[in-house]
Amino acid sequence: MSVRAKTSWRAVLGALSAVVAGGAAWAAGGGGFAGLGEEAAGFAEVVPGRRFSFPADLGAHPDYRIEWWYVTANLKDAAGEDYGVQWTLFRQALEPGPQREGWASQHVWMGHAAVTSRETHRFAEVVARGGIGQAGVTAEPFAAWIDDWSFASDGASGDVLGSSALTATGKDFSYALTLKSARAMVLQGDGGYSVKSDHGQASYYYSQPFFTVDGTLTIDGRAIDVTGRAWMDREWSSQPLAPGQKGWDWFSLHLPDGEKLMLFQLRSDTDAPFYAGTWIGADGAATPLARDDIALEPVGTHTVAGRRVPVEWSVEIKSRGLRIATAPLNPESWMGTSFAYWEGPVRFTGTHTGEGYLEMTGY
Amino acid sequence: MVGLAVATALWSGVQALNSQARQSYDQAARLVGEAGAPAIVSAQGAFVRQDHYVALRRAGFKVSPVLEGAVRIGGAAYRLVGIEPLTRPGGAVLTGLENASDLEAFLRAPGQTLAAPQTLADLGAAAGARIKTDQGALLPPAVVQDTVAPGLLVVDIGVAQSLLARPRQISRLVAASDAALDPDALAAVAGDAFRIETPEETGDLARLTDSFHLNLTAFGLLAFIVGLFIVHASIGLAFEQRLGTVRTLRASGVSLKTLIATLMTEVVAIALVAGAIGMVCGYAIAAVLLPDVASSLRGVYGADVGRTLVLEPRWWVSGLGMAVAGALVASVASLTKVARMPVVALGRPLAWREAHEAMLRRQGAVALLSLVGALGAFVFGQGLVAGFVVIAGVLLGAALLLPLGLAVLLRLGEGLSEGALARWFWADTRRQLSGLSLALMALLLALAANIGVGTMVEGFRKTFTGWLDERLNSEIYFTAADAAAGRRVASWIEAQPDVTAVLPVWRTETRIGAWPVDIYGLRDHATYRDHFSLLAESADAWDRVHDGAGALVSEQLAQRLSLGVGGEIEIPTEAGGWTVPVVGVFADYGNPKGQVRVDVDRLVRHWPDARRTHYSVRTAPEAATDLIGRMRAEFGDALAQVSDQAALKSMSLRIFERTFTVTSALNTLTLIVSGIALFASLLTLADMRVAQLAPVWALGVPRRRLADLEVGKVLVLAAMTATLAVPLGLLLAWCLVAIVNVQAFGWRLPFHVFPLQWATVLLLALVTAFVAAMLPVLRLARTAPADLLKVFANER
Repeated sequence: MSVRAKTSWRAVLGALSAVVAGGAAWAAGGGGFAGLGEEAAGFAEVVPGRRFSFPADLGAHPDYRIEWWYVTANLKDAAGEDYGVQWTLFRQALEPGPQREGWASQHVWMGHAAVTSRETHRFAEVVARGGIGQAGVTAEPFAAWIDDWSFASDGASGDVLGSSALTATGKDFSYALTLKSARAMVLQGDGGYSVKSDHGQASYYYSQPFFTVDGTLTIDGRAIDVTGRAWMDREWSSQPLAPGQKGWDWFSLHLPDGEKLMLFQLRSDTDAPFYAGTWIGADGAATPLARDDIALEPVGTHTVAGRRVPVEWSVEIKSRGLRIATAPLNPESWMGTSFAYWEGPVRFTGTHTGEGYLEMTGY
Repeated sequence: MVGLAVATALWSGVQALNSQARQSYDQAARLVGEAGAPAIVSAQGAFVRQDHYVALRRAGFKVSPVLEGAVRIGGAAYRLVGIEPLTRPGGAVLTGLENASDLEAFLRAPGQTLAAPQTLADLGAAAGARIKTDQGALLPPAVVQDTVAPGLLVVDIGVAQSLLARPRQISRLVAASDAALDPDALAAVAGDAFRIETPEETGDLARLTDSFHLNLTAFGLLAFIVGLFIVHASIGLAFEQRLGTVRTLRASGVSLKTLIATLMTEVVAIALVAGAIGMVCGYAIAAVLLPDVASSLRGVYGADVGRTLVLEPRWWVSGLGMAVAGALVASVASLTKVARMPVVALGRPLAWREAHEAMLRRQGAVALLSLVGALGAFVFGQGLVAGFVVIAGVLLGAALLLPLGLAVLLRLGEGLSEGALARWFWADTRRQLSGLSLALMALLLALAANIGVGTMVEGFRKTFTGWLDERLNSEIYFTAADAAAGRRVASWIEAQPDVTAVLPVWRTETRIGAWPVDIYGLRDHATYRDHFSLLAESADAWDRVHDGAGALVSEQLAQRLSLGVGGEIEIPTEAGGWTVPVVGVFADYGNPKGQVRVDVDRLVRHWPDARRTHYSVRTAPEAATDLIGRMRAEFGDALAQVSDQAALKSMSLRIFERTFTVTSALNTLTLIVSGIALFASLLTLADMRVAQLAPVWALGVPRRRLADLEVGKVLVLAAMTATLAVPLGLLLAWCLVAIVNVQAFGWRLPFHVFPLQWATVLLLALVTAFVAAMLPVLRLARTAPADLLKVFANER
């Protein structure tokens, strides 16, 4: 989703800058962010009709400017307490052209990781140069890593991403989880071609929303055994943003009976919000949602890190008769990383009941 | 005012130098990591492998790579530092890569070269220019960056690897200061390839250079005190001249409080103006001396100091504060007298001088106390501060005793002379003593400092040159990239014509107590037996070292451990302590660490990990340059460094020359200040002296002759002071080499005397006195007879 595109680009830049406060950067958003549109020259373009191939497309696509591997998990401990986990790896190419080896590599990598419970939200960030092996992704066997964080196939299954280990360590938390799924990848948008604006900006986007998870979280030295489910997003692009787009609200929801829902809005200063979404059947069949089929309305805000963030939403998908209200597990799920945003587990009730993840940027 | 300005100038100049140096250390320390942060270095070779860096990161170690080396640009060496901005501890802020676009520009090809403005100015490079190295390589475009320490060129690590021809090599891995580097976890990643370098070992520059700055500060303080003598004299003059006014004011009902407050306000105002002028002059002094200070510090301690002064507000405030405080202290005596004196007595000129006799007695008592204090510090004191207490006590005591000493000498002169005029000459000179004594004390201190420091500098130069000749006895020195390369290069060199020996200089570091000590392994060779002289040795020292049954220790280490020949030193090794007899002590001037030299085979046996990369080569001197060229061509990368003897020697000498340039410049300035003190005092006295001179003139001595006599008196006083300054100077020199040096650096200099220097100082004193006496005396010579007559006419 283009939403993510913006996160990635901003986030990488943000990490580089170490001082950028998320909101401030958006203020200048009128002219399109950082000339992304113009500078796309030289990078590979996102065009409709791409044929995806696995496991190859699990790997990196260095000809594109930005790319990410994004895992969120909704987990429970033995006592039924809820937890959320985020694991993200971003790749950013500073310039197009032939891939260079060693330190000369034009790629910069960044990882974000978080653990959220009702009481606490812990997060960490790492940044690394490409080209030397400190961070990177290989498709087969699948391994994505940055420093000692990793998301990698453990070889226990022959399926693509059939069984993999997910680990990250911060100053005050760590986790080690096993993710399993025998399901095929779900292509978002039009066969993996995900449009982000009326001006033609788009990305390649697919997901694996069907992971089952078990493993251990450690918070302040206390180990907590957990089980639950996880959702992976894979997305890459070179020119994902439209002028005036200033932030987004993005949902990945586990509906009852194995159905899944992905939806987002891109908020713009100049245009109406751009809505998109995919209804994913229990069998993995993906149906794009029409823009006027989606209604998103913030219904409750929370002030975190000095910003008012709409942490409660009313969501409606008319064609599916879905009308739900979402609430955060922990409204303080603020990622105070170099590019700051809100990301955390949510629960929802209404016509459907369940859980998922919400990411909000540009507040 | 002049006095205060000069005093402030010297003080603030020295402070500016010190703070500039400290600031530069901070920058240098922050550049490669946070100050006081640990680092990981290669256990054996000179470099850490890049794949080990990646392995460490992937094992969770938050370390950042740094590659350092030298590039030659325009014939001069600059330190090139390659950093990795994304992982650097403390964040990118430290190099000024605060915002995204700056950082992106640094990372994107062709990258950037960050350098301090003065470095770029030295290089004659404009911002954006691509500097070319002498090897023809182009540095990335230059960017001015104030936070970079002077003399450094900061580039991306990848750029540094390519410029220094060290692909996939890293000098060290720096960690955040709070990082816990667990040796066992390290070993799990890469076996014994690493060694953790603690901050003390990397050399806390501020600590290492403390003694240097203490020296500077001591000089500054001395200058300031001498300056205060001047201020005291001039304030005395000012009050003297205004006694009449004061009396009138008091008589007409102005309260004492108001009067004192007004006078104090005036003093403070004048002090502020004088202080400000002094600060400007101090800045000028510091700016002139800074290059020398900078090169001394770089040479001796490897510390880079900026070549351009950056002034902090604190410096201004403290300088002006010193000026005001100094002026107030100097005027306390006069103000107290004004306050205590009965209104009527105020009208009596020189009334306050009646207390002179009593003051002399008090002075003598203080002098004795000072000397006793000095003796006490010498006998019971420990450390550098005690050393300075001894010096301060001796100087103060001697200075305070000076008037007494001079009085005795003058009385002697009086007794020996015949004729009325001659007797008057001596008696009147003695009478003048009270007014000139402060200025003469200042002169004494300046002259003594001159002799003392001069003796030390000359002695050091003599000793150091000799020592260098002895120590740098091999023609070529080289460092290989790693042990294997070292062996290859060594065996290749051995096969070359003209080469008589390739001597390993392998080494390892350890700690004895808390002190870092280098252990060197050497192979028995005539080179050492013939040239490596020892301060103390047992009969068969070299044989015993060769047999592995003896160790040579540096003077610093011997001093620190209270060891001598015949004693035993226990050196910690990985397998436990190794106790070995000390068979010799050698001089190791200027080394802040301790040093032990043992047989190379013993070294390797006790420290299998010892770094086997350093060698020295004996060859025909004329063949050295050619051999170095062939070594470079043959081995390229495998050689980390090659130097010839001549280059090393001239570099070392240059460094020490510049160190002492600073000292002698400050010395000269102190002398100038004392000249001004003398001048100010004479000026103060000139007005009062009319009363004494008028009767002599009236007896028929022409004004011209009187003026000559006046100059003569000052010269006699100066000559006497200078004569007394010689033994004091020698005592000071002895304190410096035998106490301060030993405490500050751990080595003692042989004490040499240089009589020619004394003659110079005597001459200097006379010239100073002559110049200082000229103006007042000229005024006297031109005093209208009518003015002289007035003495008899009115109340004066």
